[in-house]
Amino acid sequence: MTKPNILHESPSQTAGPYVHIGCAPNFVGIQMYGGKDLASNMLDPETSGERITLTGTITDGDGKLVLDGLVEIWQADANGVYPSAADTSGTADPHFTGFGRCPTNLDTGIYQFQTIKPGQTKMRDGRAQAPHITMWIVARGINIGLQTRVYFPDESANATDPLLQSVPEDRRHTLIAHKLDDQTYQFNIVLQGDEETVFLDI
Amino acid sequence: MAENVYIERDRDWQPPALTPAYRSTTFRSPNHKPLRFDQTISEIAGPTFGHDIIGELDNDLILNFAKPGEEPIGERIMVHGRILDQNARPVPGVLVEFWQANAGGRYRHKNDAYLAPLDPNFGGCGRTVTNADGYFSFRTIRPGPYPWPNGGNDWRPAHIHFSLFGSGFAQRLISQMYFEGDPLIWLCPIVGVIPDKKGIEQLIARLDMDATIPMDLIAYKFDIILRGNNSTMFENKLEGN
Ligand SMILES: [Fe+3]
Repeated sequence: MTKPNILHESPSQTAGPYVHIGCAPNFVGIQMYGGKDLASNMLDPETSGERITLTGTITDGDGKLVLDGLVEIWQADANGVYPSAADTSGTADPHFTGFGRCPTNLDTGIYQFQTIKPGQTKMRDGRAQAPHITMWIVARGINIGLQTRVYFPDESANATDPLLQSVPEDRRHTLIAHKLDDQTYQFNIVLQGDEETVFLDI
Repeated sequence: MAENVYIERDRDWQPPALTPAYRSTTFRSPNHKPLRFDQTISEIAGPTFGHDIIGELDNDLILNFAKPGEEPIGERIMVHGRILDQNARPVPGVLVEFWQANAGGRYRHKNDAYLAPLDPNFGGCGRTVTNADGYFSFRTIRPGPYPWPNGGNDWRPAHIHFSLFGSGFAQRLISQMYFEGDPLIWLCPIVGVIPDKKGIEQLIARLDMDATIPMDLIAYKFDIILRGNNSTMFENKLEGN
């Protein structure tokens, strides 16, 4: 297919080891923006839906934890509606931002989000998508942000989710979080190697 | 319902994951190519950031961390430009976040132990939201180059990091801006991950004497291109997106 008059997207560059300064300055002690980092809180007391904690780590191909990473998540509300003008399927929960941002802890490498379990959404052709969270990862040594999805275990809709079913079976488990307790899901990201997370080009 | 699908990302224009000359990619590059999949609402939609989140000094790195009556040391500059999509249309409402080293090449970060001193009046971060023309601007101090551990005698050219949030999550991008005329650009292994010289040139801000304020600051022009809407490729869908 020819693409006449289409400009090139600006090339990506690594976020580098000091991404916090720009994206989460208060996290590294730089008092900015009223002391509150962008998207550090997705909920308020009136948000509808099942409260969950999503937590995990990023590991590199040498088995080492990534201590300078930044994780962003983007998801639908409890009814499966995104808080975005682009989603015309319904009215989104005004008490839910849908967007979260969390650096990995500088010592432990752990990221953690307090959010809600998203509802089902639809493909453009109308097929159902299982509940999922879009995740984006940047760090030193990552030339272009890595996108993936977090799905939930024990979710019958996974069996017919078009994206999940298009992933080779032996790697599909890398997109499904582990349930640690009633409200805590663990999703560990592996950048490289045998257990490498499936990353997406969408 | 409007089909608001983004143009496929050109993975030959973007840097590959593994670029051995930039050593940190050795263990942080996935072995598998990312899996292609049709866009869904999850990628087409994106969070919205209003101008109301932006404080008065958020786009002024000369003043936003300085003590009252003081200013950071260094060359006073303004960086401005437009954020367009691949169809050359302005993208309004883009959250633009930027961060950088001070004039000596030192970051305000506990993991940066470079010899150059911190500047007590310089934080090194700011943010803004593009207007209806996709325009943004900010004032800052020109960052210094700095050495970094990459196995040899490697120096980063003067640069400003950029984080960009367009209309859809598919447009999410982090990149860096360089300065016209800097000889270090062409020696830098991080710049060198970009496959095409024209791609590198896309990240070099141009001296803009027209916007320079006499006896005050030097201006640099920097335009950024985000992924465009695919529907403009089909004539019957030119409207309504
Ligand atoms: Fe840098």
